[in-house]
Amino acid sequence: MKPTLRSSLKQWQPTLVWLTYAVGLAPAVWYFYLGATGGLGADPVKTFELFLGLWGLRFLILTLAVSPVRDLMGWNFIAYRRALGLLCFYYILLHFTVYLVLDQALDVTAVLNDTLKRPFIMFGMAGLAMLIPLALTSNRFSIRRMGAHWIRLHRLIYIIAACGVLHYALSTKVFSMEQLIYIGLIIALILYRSGRPILRNRKPRRYLTTSP
Amino acid sequence: AAALSTVSSAYKVDETPTSREDVTTYNNYYEFGLDKADPAALSGDFKPLPWAIKVDGMVGKPGTFDLEQLLKDFPIEDRTYRMRCVEGWSMVIPWNGFPLAALLDKVEPLGSAKYVAFETVVRPEEMPGQKSVFQSLPWPYVEGLRLDEARHPLALLAVGLYGETLPNQNGAPIRLVVPWKYGFKGIKSIVRITLTDTQPVNTWQAANAREYGFYANVNPAVDHPRWSQATERRIGESGFFNAGRHPTLPFNGYADEVASLYAGMDLRTNF
Repeated sequence: MKPTLRSSLKQWQPTLVWLTYAVGLAPAVWYFYLGATGGLGADPVKTFELFLGLWGLRFLILTLAVSPVRDLMGWNFIAYRRALGLLCFYYILLHFTVYLVLDQALDVTAVLNDTLKRPFIMFGMAGLAMLIPLALTSNRFSIRRMGAHWIRLHRLIYIIAACGVLHYALSTKVFSMEQLIYIGLIIALILYRSGRPILRNRKPRRYLTTSP
Repeated sequence: AAALSTVSSAYKVDETPTSREDVTTYNNYYEFGLDKADPAALSGDFKPLPWAIKVDGMVGKPGTFDLEQLLKDFPIEDRTYRMRCVEGWSMVIPWNGFPLAALLDKVEPLGSAKYVAFETVVRPEEMPGQKSVFQSLPWPYVEGLRLDEARHPLALLAVGLYGETLPNQNGAPIRLVVPWKYGFKGIKSIVRITLTDTQPVNTWQAANAREYGFYANVNPAVDHPRWSQATERRIGESGFFNAGRHPTLPFNGYADEVASLYAGMDLRTNF
């Protein structure tokens, strides 16, 4: 039998997942190169910091979009969701590292003061803190071992998304169009998730099971 | 930008001036866009000449002043000032301009005048940020100073930088520079100056009174609600491997000259 597109995709899946990591991290490597060689303009650290945060939000949006895309369009990217989620974590971790090391020059007192006093930094730190357990349990062993607890724990991603939106929305003097688009997308994805159980109960289930 | 003939002045600072490249490509000028690179990229259609400034309100001799004439009437001085943005970055800029007091003297403010209000030009056809569907701020941009602040010798009407007329992105053809205050007080492309007895509400104060006040004096002891003002990143110095952080000075280092203007005032409430 000739291999179908679906079966050949399946065969190449492990490679494609690794490719997702490589392509996903490429923007960070490129911008780091630009920054280190004086190619990021007058305020390179701030530009790099913002860039990493934005890519973190983009991967967060892609991670959250996997289920709705499957429900609404029938495209199944579930095999890539862990990579997308971890890319989000890596970018947010880099975003924080640049803030701590390059921006604040490791002035821990200034960072602690910022975190305690400024709501937008508080939301950002809370989001990062909640991403850590998710990243640590993003492996087959944890999924098997934790079972239903794993699912419950990973619902934190919606709280993290809310923190991310608040962090981004409160960090600027005025809203830009770009900002409103990101905020709108994340709010839509959170609302979709909270409405999904109702939708599922109304409609006949299209998927018998999603777990392997 | 055309060359200006200037005279030297005593207003200098020890620090190295920020490069012309950085001063002219890293700007907050929301009339041209929100990104720091937008003003340089999107201000090409703006026509700064001919230009006139209307001065009215509580003055003995109101009038409309042609910019070319003002440049002939007043010597254009070289003055290098520190510039501290409320966002936590700073520059050192060699401005060219004349004291605001010189223009105020020309119109003879009345004894009843207590404040000076400023207004930026509104030209949606030439300023993309005033034309887009999504408007960041209400236009025109407005600012204000107390009359004694406006008369202070440090308060400058800048018409150039680095010895040449102002590029559009820096507020061509004439803008205010008050170096002891946060950068947003330095209103750009000024078309109107009004003497008044009531304290003007400046654009940022109207947008968010909790975060931006009328005085906006640089003050490391009073944090902005969303960030600390204790230190600043000096643009051009901050590279990847050098944060370029400097401690922020009270009144941006001009305390000896201006602190007496605020004697007896609580600068925590009058921020």
